[in-house]
Parts: sequence; structure tokens; C-alpha cells
Amino acid sequence: MEDMARIDAIIADYRGKTSGLTTILQHIQDEYNYLSPQAMERVAEKLGLPLSQVLHVATFYKAFSLEPRGKHLITVCLGTACHVRGGVRLVEQIERLLKVRAGETTPDRQFTLETVNCVGSCALGPVMIVDGEYYGKMIPSKVERVLKKYQ
Amino acid sequence: MDRIRTADELKRLRDSIVAARDPSKPCIAVCGGTGCRALGAESVTAAFKEEIAGQGLEDKIDIRMTGCHGFCERGPLVVIFPETIFYHGATPDDVPEIVSETIVGEKVVERLLYEDPLTGQKIVHEPEVPFYKRQKRILMGKNGLIDPTRIEDYIALDGYQAAAKALLEMTPEEIIDTIKRSGLRGRGGAGFPTGRKWESCRRADGDVKYVICNADEGDPGAYQDRSLIEGNPHAILEGMIIGAYAIGAHEGFVYIRMEYPLAMHHLQLAIEQAEEYGLLGENILGSGFDFTVSIHRGAGAFVCGESSALMRSMAGFAGEPRAKHVHATEKGLWDRPTVLNNVKTWASVPHIISNGADWFAQMGTEKSKGTMVFSLVGKINNTGLVEVPMGITLRELIFDIGGGIPEGKRFKAVQTGGPSGGCIPESLLDLPVDYEKLTEAGSMMGSGGMIVMDENTCMVDVARYFSNFNRDESCGKCTACREGVARMQQILEEITHGRGREGDIEMLESLSQAIRDASLCALGRTAPNPVLTTIRYFRDEYEAHIRDKRCPAGICTDLIRYSIIPEKCTGCMVCLRNCPAEAISGEKQKVHVIDQDKCIRCGICREVCKFDAVKVE
Ligand SMILES: Cc1cc2nc3c(=O)[nH]c(=O)nc-3n(C[C@H](O)[C@H](O)[C@H](O)COP(=O)(O)O)c2cc1C
Ligand code: FES
Repeated sequence: MEDMARIDAIIADYRGKTSGLTTILQHIQDEYNYLSPQAMERVAEKLGLPLSQVLHVATFYKAFSLEPRGKHLITVCLGTACHVRGGVRLVEQIERLLKVRAGETTPDRQFTLETVNCVGSCALGPVMIVDGEYYGKMIPSKVERVLKKYQ
Repeated sequence: MDRIRTADELKRLRDSIVAARDPSKPCIAVCGGTGCRALGAESVTAAFKEEIAGQGLEDKIDIRMTGCHGFCERGPLVVIFPETIFYHGATPDDVPEIVSETIVGEKVVERLLYEDPLTGQKIVHEPEVPFYKRQKRILMGKNGLIDPTRIEDYIALDGYQAAAKALLEMTPEEIIDTIKRSGLRGRGGAGFPTGRKWESCRRADGDVKYVICNADEGDPGAYQDRSLIEGNPHAILEGMIIGAYAIGAHEGFVYIRMEYPLAMHHLQLAIEQAEEYGLLGENILGSGFDFTVSIHRGAGAFVCGESSALMRSMAGFAGEPRAKHVHATEKGLWDRPTVLNNVKTWASVPHIISNGADWFAQMGTEKSKGTMVFSLVGKINNTGLVEVPMGITLRELIFDIGGGIPEGKRFKAVQTGGPSGGCIPESLLDLPVDYEKLTEAGSMMGSGGMIVMDENTCMVDVARYFSNFNRDESCGKCTACREGVARMQQILEEITHGRGREGDIEMLESLSQAIRDASLCALGRTAPNPVLTTIRYFRDEYEAHIRDKRCPAGICTDLIRYSIIPEKCTGCMVCLRNCPAEAISGEKQKVHVIDQDKCIRCGICREVCKFDAVKVE
């Protein structure tokens, strides 16, 4: 749980800067890995904005997560290059192994599975990234071994 | 470091950097692009440092981690200067041999050389590798030569000389005139003439104006902007300085997508170093012109690559586009006159100022001048980034530079222009690539992504993929785009699941027209392109799905079936053990069988079979 003094400090950091709301939310997301209802309410209050506007921005951008993410973040690329090389089959295999759907977190909060539209490593496609580590030219039968490293 | 106050001081700094270097001293350049890093370039670099220190050669050899060289398929790449000896697929284990054989012994390590697949000949020097030979690497060329985290490397190669020339020897009008005469058009998608955009912003009323670099690079399959920022960030800053001076802006921003942390880091370093030298900030090079640049990180929304959405997003709102009759050059960021250009557009500017408009205009076709950086990805042998003059044919790009299709498979289509673009078939391979020709073919230039597809790519699935993409990324403001694209996606989903009906194709066509007519921004207006081009060129595949409930490419899972070829199966039990659905039965050394009721068509059996005994139909 975040402490409100820290949230206030983040908001204060951006006072007077024009880019405002999105940047503040990005900063909170960076630190806490998600935006809690309390944090969003605080931002709305401090910036004098309606909560609906904060929620609109928080749900518009993919950077924001309204729920805490798991300990390990798995990102599978579904850009076109990875798609034609079988990216979807990777996602399906991970979904089967972890018993979650893309966008969800395992009940034990160990893994969050997300998809992304191209990470710019198309030469290595299909690509999956676990906690910033790239696994290129992946095939479904190799997924289990990769996940074991984090279990 | 001291501030550089005049053009002379800049020249003197360049000369002193160059003089301090011994051109005959070997330099090991390890490619530090994202692709090579993912393949282990950092551990290769570390191994070189250790080996060189171990042999006590620190004074005799330089080592440098450079930007992306483009041939990502073969990474990690190592190039040894001054000879430009080219090694690919290097590992830390190869390092001691490279140092003792090539650097100390002056012999090449044959095993690490590139072999021309056509002639079987080993190639020693980087520029002679067929992948590079046919390119004209104006924007990408310096990537392989400099360490992007050191401004001195850029200055040594005449960096910031174009800015000095523009700021001290040219009037804003002369700059705009030069850019106009060069024929430079925007590299971010639509190909709007850059000089004209600058001119209308210069003429717009207002004291406060902005320049923005669009580094949102949303088109999946395109990563050239990423490579340029990671590999040569100063070129973009230099272009922005020149543009800002030409239109009268004192503040610039780079809007960069959040998936690109390394690019952000290198750009931040570049900005700081340029500020320390006084190349950004107040009174740049004694010209009296002030200019600063800051980075704005995107928050993950494809539509924010669109001009008006990007500016809304920078102002802290949800990035929803607005109608085009308001021009950003008059009312852009915070309602001030603003010039937005793509990364490659900005990076082209210093070259045009240094070499002149005529030099640039002699490259390319009648209406598309200069070079374009393409990413060749998907089902292609030489995956990577290539820079070529506009007007090169698709065939030259895909077969001569790209090395053709892997595993001897047949070329089916190339997708250009991202989610707004289309799929171009084999019959159009001799099409010269420029803005007009791609549009005539129903596609677009877009950001320069080229996704190559082979006989195993299902074109209906590709159309469904892009409709899915556009549905997810539509900001929802226009009903036609929101509802129309969603409806298109549903129909395509049904077709790929074998539930297509007669009349679906016609329905897709009329939906496309409606979406085109009634969407505010180009996302909606171009969203039908992937569907329309696949219908136009691959109608038979749609018909096979709809009428015969068959996926000729073997992709759509509901329409295919996996089975084991008894003559080829050796009974090795590998598929049986790997099947996640336990759908395969059999005993050791006996032919295995797939239970079609249990099979989930994940394809793992086919992937793990060493004897090609699993077929899909
Ligand atoms: C949905 C959509 C997404 C876009 N994404 C990008 C992008 O990621 N990068 C880019 O440079 N231009 C993108 N554009 C084009 C921009 O709107 C704009 O035309 C361009 O940045 C102008 O720069 P240029 O004249 O140098 O091409 C996009 C356009 C649309 C409609
Ligand atoms: S499409 Fe996956 S990295 Fe580009």
C-alpha cells in the first residue's frame, strides 16, 4: 500500500508543469506498479479534477494497471512479425500452463501475462519477455522451461 | 567539457578529437542494438574487455559498443576496424580467438564470417556482404561507427556542422527553401512535404512555437525509429535544432513510446551532453538562438502516434484525435503553432543542409526523394533494417537484400504501412516502392515496416489480426470507426472459425466504405485497408474459408487437423510426451495416433517431431 505523503510528493514534483495528469499517473505507476483507487482519488483532489477525468486517462492508456501486477511480468509480443511467426500460439501455451488469460494475474500473484504490439525486436520473433529478459525465436514447446526459471 | 561558443570552436574540437585518434589502431565494434543485446551482445562486449585486459592490450585496441548495424538476424555482430572485418553470431567463447587471431595475428576467423548462401563464398568485409552492398545508408550509416553515449564520436564525424551552417550562415527562409527543393516528405506515414509544413508554421501568428519529434513508432513490425534513436540520437537533435530555428521555435519535445527504454536512455544522455557543450540551450554556437529539448514518454496507445492525439496526450489528456480542419502548424500543442515530424524526417535534415537540396533530390523517384529505411521482418531470411533509395522494387528489397523466404517456401505477400496499410501480392513484386505506388496498390508507406508472408500465412487471419488491432486501438470517439471496425472484426472472426456465410465479403466491402467516409482521423479512414487489399488480391482464400470451410495455409485452428503420417513415425514418444491435451496415444516404436476429439490444435507435436511425421491439413 502506498503512503499518501509519497503520492502528494509526486504530485508536487509536477506542479506547474504542463503535461500534468498523465505524467503524474505514470510516475505513480512506476513506483507502485498499479494505480489504486485511493491514489487516483488523491490525484483528482489535488489537481482539482473530476475523478471521472482521472479514470478516463487511467483506462485509456495501456501503461496503467488498476490492479497490482504479479511478481513476474510476462509480455508476449503480438506485433505483425511475431504474429506471422506464431506469437498467438505462445500466448495460448502460457495461458494453458498458468491457467490465466492474457491480461490476468495468477491467483498466487506470481505471474502477470500481458501482450504487446511489437517491442521492436522483430528479428527475434516470436518474442517473449519475462521481467525485462528477452526470449527470442520462441516456440510453445520451450515455454514451460522458461517459466520454470521463475517459479 | 567546455561550452562551444562558435563554429570555429566546434571545428577545432572535431579536429582535436580526430587528431587524438590513431586511424590504424584496431577498434572492435560490437553492435549494441536491441536485437544484438537480446542475443547476448553485452556479454560479448564484457568478454572482449576482459580478454583485452588479460592480454595487457588496453592501449593497443579500442572497444566500442555501437548502435544497430541493421543485420539483426545474424547478431551479435562484431566489426573490426579499420579493415571492417565482419563477424556474425559471435559468442563470448569466440572472443579469445578473435583477439589472438584477428587482432594480434591479423588473420580472419573463417568460421565467423558470413557465407553468401547463393555462391557459398565467405565474405570478409562488412560493406561487401550482399545485405549491405545494395543499400545506401545515409541515416543508418553512422550507427555502426559511433558509441551513441558519447557525443564526441558524433562530433568527430562532422556532427553538428550542419546546425552550425544553418544557424550562422543561413536565414530561416533559406533553410525552408532548401528543404522544399530537396523534396523531403514526412517519413511517419502520409508523406506530407516537410518544407511546406515548416513554411506554414513559420508564417503562423504567435511568438511561442514548438517542434516535436514523433518517436511513438506504433506500426507493429517497424523498429527503425528505435534503432536511430538508440544508435545515433544526436542526428535527431541536430535536425530539430535546424527545424526549430527555421520556424522560430525555442522548445522541442520527443514523444517516445514506453516500450523503448534504451532509446529513452540514450536520448536523455545525448540531450545532457549537447547541453553541456552548449549545442542546446541559450545562444547556440553564438548565433543568438535558444533551444531546448525534452523527452515525453508515451503511455501506450497506438492512436497517440497521430498528430492531434499526440498533442492532446502531451497536454495530459486521453489521446483522442480531433478533426483535421484545424492545422497543427497553426494550432498544435497547447494551441500554439507546432511542427511534428517523424524521427527519420528529422534525421534527414542535417544531411540535406550539409550536402544541399540537389544532392538529396537526385535520389529516389519523381515525387519521392531520398532514401527510406525499411524493416524487413516476418518470413524472410535476412531480417533487419535496410536503407535504400526510394523507387527500389519490392523484389530487390525482399530477394536481393532480404535473401528471400526461409526453408525454400513460396512468397505470398508483403504487408506495408502498419495497421493502415495493405498486403501486396506476388504479382506486384516489381512495383517500385514510393509513396504514390504503394497507395495505388491499396497500401501505404507508413513507417516503413515490411512484413513478409509466405505460403503458410493465412490472409484472412491477417485481415482479422489487423481488424482486431484497429478495434482495440480505436479511441472510440467516432461511431463509424468504433462500431464499424468491431463489426468487421466479428465477421472475420466468424469466417476464420468456419462460420462464414455467403455475402460476408460484400458486407465487409460496404462496411469499409462507411468507415472510410465517416471517421475523423486516419486510423478509422485507413482501418479497412488490410481487409480490402486481402479481398482484392486473395479473394480465393476468403472463399475457401466461407464455402469449403478450409484454411489453405493451415493456420485457422477450427479448420485444420493434425495427423501423424504412419510411414514417417518412428514411435519415439516425443510428441506424445509434449502434447498438452494428452491427445496422442502410442507405444515405443509403434506408430502414434492423434485423437481428433481431444486435439486442441496447438501444433506442438509438429514442432517437436524430428521426423516431419506430423502433417496439418
Ligand atoms: C493512427 C495513427 C498512428 C500514427 N502513428 C505514427 C507513429 O507512430 N509515428 C509517426 O511518425 N507518425 C505516425 N502517424 C502519422 C502522424 O500523424 C504524422 O503524420 C507524422 O508524425 C508527421 O510527421 P512526418 O511529416 O515527418 O511524417 C500516425 C498517424 C495515425 C493516423
Ligand atoms: S512484431 Fe514482435 S518484436 Fe516486432
